[in-house]
Amino acid sequence: MTVAADPVLISRSRARRGIRWQAISDHAILIAGSLLMILPVLAAFLTIGASDVEISRHGLQVSDGAHLVENFDKALFTRGGFTGAITGSTMLLNSFILGIGFAVGKIIFGMMAAYAIVYFRLRFATFAFWVIFTTLLLPLEVRILPTYEVVHGMGLINTYTGLILPLVASATATFFFRQFFLSIPEELVEAARMDGAGPVKFFFDILVPLSRTMIAAIFIIMFVYGWNQYLWPTLITTDEAMFTLVRGIKQIYQSIDGGSDIPEFGRALALAFIAILPPVLVVVIFQSWFVKGLVESDK
Amino acid sequence: MKRASFNQLGLPVWLLLPQLVIIGVFFYWPAAFALRSSFYLEDPFGFGSTFVGLDNYNGLLASAQYVKVAVFTLGFTFLVTFFSLSIALVLAVKADKVIRGTRTYRTLLMWVYAVAPPVAGFLGVMVFYQGNGPMTEFLAWFGYEFRLGVNYYDTAAAMVAVATWNHIPVNFIFFLSGLQSIPQSVKEAAMIDNRSGTGRFWDITFPLLAPTAFFLLIINITYALFDTFGMIDALVKGEPGNNPMTLVYKVYVDGFRGNDLGGSSAQSVILMVLVLVLTVFQFRVMDRRIHYT
Amino acid sequence: MVHVALKNISKVYPNGVRAVHPTSFDIEQGEFIVLVGPSGCGKSTLLRMIAGLEEITEGELSIAGRVVNDIDPAERDIAMVFQNYALYPHMTVYNNMAYGLRNRGMAKDAIDAAVSTAATMLNLTELLSRRPSQLSGGQRQRVAMGRAIVRNPALFLFDEPLSNLDAKLRGQMRIEIKALQRRLGVTSVYVTHDQVEAMTMADRIIVLNAGRIEQIGTPAEVYHYPASTFVASFMGAPPMNLLPARYNGNGRVHLSDSVHIEAPETVDYSGDIKLGVRPENVGIVDRSHPDALHFDLEFIEELGAGRLLHGKLADSGLIVHIPHTDPIPSGDVYVGLPKSALLMFNPATGARL
Repeated sequence: MTVAADPVLISRSRARRGIRWQAISDHAILIAGSLLMILPVLAAFLTIGASDVEISRHGLQVSDGAHLVENFDKALFTRGGFTGAITGSTMLLNSFILGIGFAVGKIIFGMMAAYAIVYFRLRFATFAFWVIFTTLLLPLEVRILPTYEVVHGMGLINTYTGLILPLVASATATFFFRQFFLSIPEELVEAARMDGAGPVKFFFDILVPLSRTMIAAIFIIMFVYGWNQYLWPTLITTDEAMFTLVRGIKQIYQSIDGGSDIPEFGRALALAFIAILPPVLVVVIFQSWFVKGLVESDK
Repeated sequence: MKRASFNQLGLPVWLLLPQLVIIGVFFYWPAAFALRSSFYLEDPFGFGSTFVGLDNYNGLLASAQYVKVAVFTLGFTFLVTFFSLSIALVLAVKADKVIRGTRTYRTLLMWVYAVAPPVAGFLGVMVFYQGNGPMTEFLAWFGYEFRLGVNYYDTAAAMVAVATWNHIPVNFIFFLSGLQSIPQSVKEAAMIDNRSGTGRFWDITFPLLAPTAFFLLIINITYALFDTFGMIDALVKGEPGNNPMTLVYKVYVDGFRGNDLGGSSAQSVILMVLVLVLTVFQFRVMDRRIHYT
Repeated sequence: MVHVALKNISKVYPNGVRAVHPTSFDIEQGEFIVLVGPSGCGKSTLLRMIAGLEEITEGELSIAGRVVNDIDPAERDIAMVFQNYALYPHMTVYNNMAYGLRNRGMAKDAIDAAVSTAATMLNLTELLSRRPSQLSGGQRQRVAMGRAIVRNPALFLFDEPLSNLDAKLRGQMRIEIKALQRRLGVTSVYVTHDQVEAMTMADRIIVLNAGRIEQIGTPAEVYHYPASTFVASFMGAPPMNLLPARYNGNGRVHLSDSVHIEAPETVDYSGDIKLGVRPENVGIVDRSHPDALHFDLEFIEELGAGRLLHGKLADSGLIVHIPHTDPIPSGDVYVGLPKSALLMFNPATGARL
């Protein structure tokens, strides 16, 4: 195009240069922030390939990877712990059971209760609402000791039920679903009733399909939350065969300062990697659902 | 409740029952149990317990150690909240502003959300490892000997650093979505009204982010109080000793290590009251927001 | 006096989409210009380039004799009213209006005076301490207007400011904005997709389509002498009838093999054409009328003030608008196409012949 007069071009390039410097500094800050997030984890995982002797001598390092397979093999398949009853793969399995069991439990109980509260004319609905939502006020950490006593009294120590159910005893998912159901247009239930759908049919044919994104988002949030639980599993699982990764990792690095042998750094770092990977992958892959669920459920 | 609700009795009761039973057994019963045992002194040999009134509470408030832990918790909470909120805010503002790469930066800055606090604590141990951790070596370069687990303040600093690192992502996600929900036209109207970018941020963007920031403030306080347990346990390697600890960690130490059921319950009740006050405050300031987990 | 001058302004987005082709026009001091066109025609992009919210890819823009291509929006001496008003939700009405003035370092007394003058003009005095969320749609619209007025700018920009209001309020605000602009004498550029707003408010209308100017003219010119079939069918409701026909250069227009009428003018063209005629210019005539054409009436739409007759003329759709005082036609209907109201268009390019 020949129409662009030269003086215009010159003055514009001056303005653009100002904008460009601004953009460069913005990106620099963002890259610094990203590095802050990545570097500690990266440094730890580049070290996995080193031997325990090298790690105890030099700390975190960029290893040549010679011991990578060995360390992962030890982490996953060598029996460890005080009783020698647990391998990394068992802990991995337990972590999945906790994460998925917790998420599924939350979603099923939450959806059922929210459906009852939102879509039924119940005399005690308000009362049920308050009974359920009071639980939002007190996290498990606050009432940890008495909860332990209760679960202990029921003989649920070292069971998956005892591990999962007390964590499910809060109303977060119920609250999310209640908010979501309230946002669904009322005409929908009216139309469904005119089409002859009863409450069960309406739930499965209309409400569940409509809630798919919401269910996915809550599943991701809850899976990560369950997977990352530490305090409760620490108390409730004394049998090492019941350990989750997040809980069991402590057993290994506690030996770092303890024994006279060289601590098993490589194994502990490999286990940490295995403990971090699944929830991080879930969050990154299903990022948009996750972010949407996290942000919108709090409106 | 919706206008066109179903009118049935059996079904909704069955729908509510599982949730109510679980909550009853694992929430209300323990909570009541805690409240009750906070007024009793448990016999150390397990021969019943005696009603002691407010003795457990008075004992706590008179204990220099408890006060020290409370003060540390306060400082820890303040620092973690302040640093993670302000760093996340800066990053979110920049990520919202850049024309290219917002999504990539979002991924890079949020994934740490999924790192469990105890694992973060373990990474912290490696980074601040006495003698050869990268941060320890970095600080030694400036002539400072950083002694994790030995020096009270060094350990506290490591706790603040790890907790901040672990909690930047949540704040970042909320700030970014808060920024993105400010209508483009309002930003443009401000561009016509004010030529200074900094001025626009403080006059328009920041006030409009205030609800998000307030909500996050509560989230951060709750996080620093409760969710840092695993991180602290990892950093002190399960050996509280003379190391700094938070109130929740002390509940655990006294209750499970020290077998002081009454004292630990009293601490639980104090924490419950604290959370209730926080929540009521939150609801009063902004009616419809709720903290998750 | 030329106040705003656009010289070959164009816009290409980074992804290669050309939103505005090189465009030039001048705006006179005090003129009310309306940019109108369907969505995606580039009218908002053009306005935003004038505001400085969008970078100008090529060309030169000057306001009040100053080239402003690289000048910040805040320093272009403009004010803008946005479609969704873009009020600052955390500020009172007073502060919404005062914010821009404070940033320009105006003294507090002067700000007070400016805001209260504008508030009086717009009936906002009672609302000055309220927040936008406590206002109705029409009130918010007024605040947005007030924010623009207090700045006493060299140029007003309006980006579809009435499209979020209900029909009644829209009609009322249309008149108010126009009256206000007359009174203040501030040059204005107004973007809308509503051809009624364009017709009623503009001194001159600029019709845009696909990033290009189709026509610039007064409302009457654009309405009665559309430069293209696009303008003919975009302006006016119902739009101008465009009948397929043939012109052989012999002074007659053939609507079909048997139906032909006298051509409105002699042009140097022969072949297929579109014959344009506004519905209100078609008359119902007696069968005995020399130019009577048979109209195959299909149905009648009642408008109150008039009626729309829908039907076919020589097998092409035709709409006729008759006043309500005329008798409702029935049976065999004949229409006349007055020669002076006919326009001929090239069907391939759409341009008027």
